[in-house]
Amino acid sequence: MTFILALILCFPLAGFLLSGLGFKLIPPRITAIIASGTILISFLLSVFTTIFTQHLTGPQIHHLFTWISINRITLNFDLLVDPLTCIMLLIITGVGFIIHVYSIGYMKEDKGQNRFFAYMNLFVFSMLLLVMASNYAIMFIGWEGVGLCSYLLIGFWYKDHNFNNAAKKAFIMNRIGDLGFLLGMFFLFTTFGSLDFLKIFHLAKNIPAGSGILIAITLLLLLGAVGKSAQIPLYTWLPDAMAGPTPVSALIHAATMVTAGVYMVARSSILYVLAPSTMMVIIFVGLFTALFAGIVAIFQNDIKKILAYSTISQLGYMFMALGLGAFTGAMFHLTTHAFFKALLFLGAGSVIHALKGEQDIRKMGGLRKYLPKTWWTFLIGTISIAGIPPFAGFFSKDEILSAAFGNSLILWAFAVVGVVLTSFYMFRMLFLVFSGAFRGSDEKREQINESSVAMIFPMVILAFLSFAGGLMDLPEYTGISSWLSSYLNPVFADSMALMQSSPHLPDQLTELLLAGFTMTTVLIVILISYSMFGKNQILSGDKKVEQSFIKRLVVNKFFIDELYEILVVKPTMYLSDVFYRWVEVRFIDRIINGIGNLAIRVGNILRFLQTGHVGFYLFVMVLGIIGILIFNIMLI
Amino acid sequence: MITGLLIIFPLICALILFLLNTEKWIKIIAVAGSVTQFLISAYGLFLFTTKCNCQLLLYLGSAENLGISLRFGLDGISLLLVLLTTFLIPLIILTTIQHRYRNPSALYGLIMLMEMAFIGVFSAYDGMLFYIFWELALIPAYFICAIWGGNDRIRITLKFFIYTFTGSLFMLVGLIYLFFRTPLPHSFDLHSLTSAILSSKEQAWIFLAFFLAFAIKIPIFPLHTWQPDTYTVAPSGGTMILAGIMLKMGIYGLLRFLLPICPIVMQNWGFIIIILAVVGIIYASIIAIRQKDLKRLVAYSSIAHVGLISAGVFTMTEIGLNGVVIQMISHGINIVGLFMIIDRIEIRLKTTEISRLGGIALKAPFLAVFFMIFLLGSIALPMTNGFIGEFLILLGIFEYNHWIAAVTGITIILSAVYMLRMYQQTMFGEPVELTSNMKDLTWLEALPMIPLVIMVFWIGIFPGFYLHLAEPAIKEMLYFVHG
Repeated sequence: MTFILALILCFPLAGFLLSGLGFKLIPPRITAIIASGTILISFLLSVFTTIFTQHLTGPQIHHLFTWISINRITLNFDLLVDPLTCIMLLIITGVGFIIHVYSIGYMKEDKGQNRFFAYMNLFVFSMLLLVMASNYAIMFIGWEGVGLCSYLLIGFWYKDHNFNNAAKKAFIMNRIGDLGFLLGMFFLFTTFGSLDFLKIFHLAKNIPAGSGILIAITLLLLLGAVGKSAQIPLYTWLPDAMAGPTPVSALIHAATMVTAGVYMVARSSILYVLAPSTMMVIIFVGLFTALFAGIVAIFQNDIKKILAYSTISQLGYMFMALGLGAFTGAMFHLTTHAFFKALLFLGAGSVIHALKGEQDIRKMGGLRKYLPKTWWTFLIGTISIAGIPPFAGFFSKDEILSAAFGNSLILWAFAVVGVVLTSFYMFRMLFLVFSGAFRGSDEKREQINESSVAMIFPMVILAFLSFAGGLMDLPEYTGISSWLSSYLNPVFADSMALMQSSPHLPDQLTELLLAGFTMTTVLIVILISYSMFGKNQILSGDKKVEQSFIKRLVVNKFFIDELYEILVVKPTMYLSDVFYRWVEVRFIDRIINGIGNLAIRVGNILRFLQTGHVGFYLFVMVLGIIGILIFNIMLI
Repeated sequence: MITGLLIIFPLICALILFLLNTEKWIKIIAVAGSVTQFLISAYGLFLFTTKCNCQLLLYLGSAENLGISLRFGLDGISLLLVLLTTFLIPLIILTTIQHRYRNPSALYGLIMLMEMAFIGVFSAYDGMLFYIFWELALIPAYFICAIWGGNDRIRITLKFFIYTFTGSLFMLVGLIYLFFRTPLPHSFDLHSLTSAILSSKEQAWIFLAFFLAFAIKIPIFPLHTWQPDTYTVAPSGGTMILAGIMLKMGIYGLLRFLLPICPIVMQNWGFIIIILAVVGIIYASIIAIRQKDLKRLVAYSSIAHVGLISAGVFTMTEIGLNGVVIQMISHGINIVGLFMIIDRIEIRLKTTEISRLGGIALKAPFLAVFFMIFLLGSIALPMTNGFIGEFLILLGIFEYNHWIAAVTGITIILSAVYMLRMYQQTMFGEPVELTSNMKDLTWLEALPMIPLVIMVFWIGIFPGFYLHLAEPAIKEMLYFVHG
């Protein structure tokens, strides 16, 4: 088993080395096949692992080698397998493979193909390491590794400095979170004397719930999660990250990397349930992010930016679920979200590809005729994310909503508002892109071609998964057993037992009613959206229309980027100049030079004493002797 | 024996080099000599076991009346630093031979002389011997910078010389005072220096005298102002030696002398020094963000990095010290790598001004890849050498004081800011006029970088070998502190 797990990791790594090192020797076409092939093998091995470990109880540790070992601290390069890992493995390699295949078509004409596939494979490797780690330190390797790959891929087209800035921003914001993660690790080490998951979780059970140290640890780790999963306040990098090629957005900034924070909290569930205050924080961060990003998404006009805000918003849902203790619900939504959001991004990529790089939905419209396959798959994705049964998104969202209801009615109401927002902005986008008439130039219209099979095929698979993914975990009222819950439950059993107020879940009838209510609202919203954007399309952002203050606020994303610029970036730059020009050159260095000059001046003065007249020297000598005599007399 | 050979051999090479006058032969001898020196030290590693502490001893007798004994030896830490020296010098020479410097025989002779002095510093088991080699290292450094340096070299080099020399004089005074406090018969032998009986007040003065010398060399904020100027003006090979090896003398001094001689003061004043170091880390990192010159930027980043190492020393925890040892090696490798890249840029474009560069990745992808690897090492990405050191040092600081660790941690954010900014502005974007005809690295140019890259990952992924080597030495040092 150890060998197979190592292979799952090694194949993408080998793919990276091959396509990376041989970047001039191997033709791009072959690199693409190698890169996709390695992920496929990893996927097959992951399936094998999942089946093989299904009947095992408890997590399995597989030792590879010792990484850091000093007297008091031993960090082993060990891999951990349990259902939670397996689910993540399947998502990463499965969706990863699909997106790699898509990339073959998407990146066909790009000169940097080899580099692209090398980075993609490195990303998959890092992400796999992140979810297979058996301690926080190894997890941190993957954690920073995916950040690096994200940086490299966002700035993939590095000729454009806007893209590079976006990449840099992503890396730095992630690093802010990583500092939290790092300090959290240090706290864990000084508290438990180890960084191994199993050891820590075992010892943590003996710590009284709500103790300060656990709250500190969980909050610091949460900072890491917030950075990686683009939650408030560290979310602003994700919309900018859309600068990267679209397959990158689909894989890294929708399906996998951004869910690392969710995975990490789920993995550390025991620590979190023992820190109820942190759980409250997570609920609010999640809910607030979900609503905030939903509102912003309504007025965006860039197809990828809308999807980016949508991702932030959906991640907010997952965090809310985590905060409510609905870990399985969070993982379920993570899974279905990976399907439909990857699908939507690939669809968006197909549109962008067909329109030769156009991303503004105001210049699209009527594409249903030209891109029928893209339209159908995109429609499925949209329905799924909007939460209409029997599509996958409905079931996963429903699970989170009922957990919210179990906590409080107000929480549920806000969560429903979020769902409403989601369906509104998604259908707005769908209608603006695919229905009505084409609003671009005629020249462009003539060039529109449906994407190649390599791109359509992955979308069809994802469309199927977005449709049927809900079967994994059907709610109780359907009467069918919920596979995902029963599969994941052993992982969270301890946390559930430790949870002080286990979520009071609504009974089946209430749940059905709630779902019915949500659905009705969603349908109404879709109708409203259709009436606004279906035929007579109202385009927001027209400069002629005088905009109200609130609308300007929303259109400009609440000026958060500008706020950070004024509060953090500018002062740092200013400080840098002040430190260098004033403190460094004019103060510290001047003092140092001053000391040197002082020595020269003193020397210049003392120089005059050396007159060369023996008489003068004798005179001074006599003075000295008299001085000593007087001194001695005084002492007596 | 090996230790003696390691000191004598570079001296012989230096003498031969001084006598030669065909450039080709000078270069061949310099490369061959430094590589041989590395092999000798590798053989030393082969002989070394981690079972007992100080090994490969060499005792050449002593001058009884002066109290100086010619005693050399290596423990885990000094062996690692010797290896770092002998590993880096051939690579630096390989980079340097691609320049056409006037009077090469003197240049390479001086480099070999410096190597001898470094080995002497790292292996001396006698205070006076240490001091002599310490000063001996400074003289070739001065000449290298003053003769082959860039604009304004005389003024800057003189400042560098006087500054560091003044510091060393304080150390000499401290050393002599210490001599008279050693048990009879007075001796400069390391063993008797560490068993000197000192009141806490005396310890404090001794500490100050030594610390001044070490802190200037390292350099610790606010004694660092000689460093960016010197790194910028020195010839690239000289900069690499200064940044990669020479400043390690200061840190080594802290470990070898201050820790055993004034443990009480180290503990009492450690807090202040750590604060100073941390202020320096943040201060230098922030300054680095807006630097306009590649060399100066890397120089400030180096101040931040060595600040972290110094802070690690003063935590005096086992984890912290392990981090210090690893980070000394890693810093040497990464900074030399970065300066090699800068040197390659300078040799092609005759400038290191960031705003005049851009789009190099498109023209010279190999160069960009090497640059990226050294950059990742120095921003401490996990699986690179920088991470192991920074992780352990930060953990050590965290054990010492949570809040200081939190503030120090900001360096991982700031380092990403200034390094990525530098990388973006030089490597990315459309090629500018200056870089439009830039050539990629040749194999000969890549040759010295490849071993560095291997080390970046070796230490990053399998640091066990290095940690294991230094373990007994660190234990012994901590024994002086905690008993």
